[in-house]
Amino acid sequence: MPHPALMSPPARREIGADVYSEKLGMWIFLGSEVMFFTALIGSYIILRFGSPEQWSLPGVILNVPLTAVNTFLLICSSVTMVKAFAAIQDGDQKGLRTYLVATVIIGAAFVGVQVYEYVDLISEGFLPSGYGAGSHLAAEAAEGNLPASIGVYGSSFYTMTGFHGFHVSVGVISMAFVTWKAFRGDYTKEDHRGVEVIGLYWHFVDLVWIILFTIVYLV
Amino acid sequence: MTDGQSHAHPNYWAIWAYLLILTVVELGIGFLPWSKEVQILVLLLLAIWKALLVALFFMHLKWEGNRMRIFAIAPLPLTIIIVVAVITEFVW
Repeated sequence: MPHPALMSPPARREIGADVYSEKLGMWIFLGSEVMFFTALIGSYIILRFGSPEQWSLPGVILNVPLTAVNTFLLICSSVTMVKAFAAIQDGDQKGLRTYLVATVIIGAAFVGVQVYEYVDLISEGFLPSGYGAGSHLAAEAAEGNLPASIGVYGSSFYTMTGFHGFHVSVGVISMAFVTWKAFRGDYTKEDHRGVEVIGLYWHFVDLVWIILFTIVYLV
Repeated sequence: MTDGQSHAHPNYWAIWAYLLILTVVELGIGFLPWSKEVQILVLLLLAIWKALLVALFFMHLKWEGNRMRIFAIAPLPLTIIIVVAVITEFVW
């Protein structure tokens, strides 16, 4: 007579989160990304509460209208991404390709605007280390119109928006790869996992920007 | 491989318009004669509202099963702990 435990039937295989592995993997990765950006936001809160005198009012140094345009671009790219996904769910290859190309272009435009913003801010004298020597902003600060020192503000601004911009850049490159595969006809109505997984990443990056735009530029 | 996606397509352009309207409202908050604290609170609530719209409709969490949703929201209590912890450093 074998041990009773050996006589019981084998356990049924668990079905996990009830989604396919690539999607589950992306969600777990996004969970780690949530913690990454939360760490940045946590540091930002500490730095800002710790040195409030280094922050200028919203829109004084940073170009809010320009970044509002960027916010508009990212929201548009999110809707084109989800339209691409909806298209391939219906088996619409032309729609998939059109919307993916639109997403890549709008995403690249976001990165382009951010590069322009950085170049503009640096030429004004807003550096991660503080005011640029002899810059326009340094002169304003000397006259007492701006905070005397902005090193903490500058470094937290460039760290947060820089990491976000890096994520968008990675997204654009990955999206270009998915678009290339879409033109090759790799995605079908039955199997379009790649489109959904890159879409999750892309919407997450949009979601992070919504939070960052508010706390970095508007508050 | 279309699990959790058997619903009809929502009106994504309506969500897009919704997000844009909320963004315009955010940009307008700074011009209102409210105190700084109220403005910050309203801006943060609007940002969370927009983030929820993206997660529910664009990331399809509205139509996912409960197990998947738990995965998605699992890190959020940790973010709240971090943010509340660092803020309390300065409040008390």
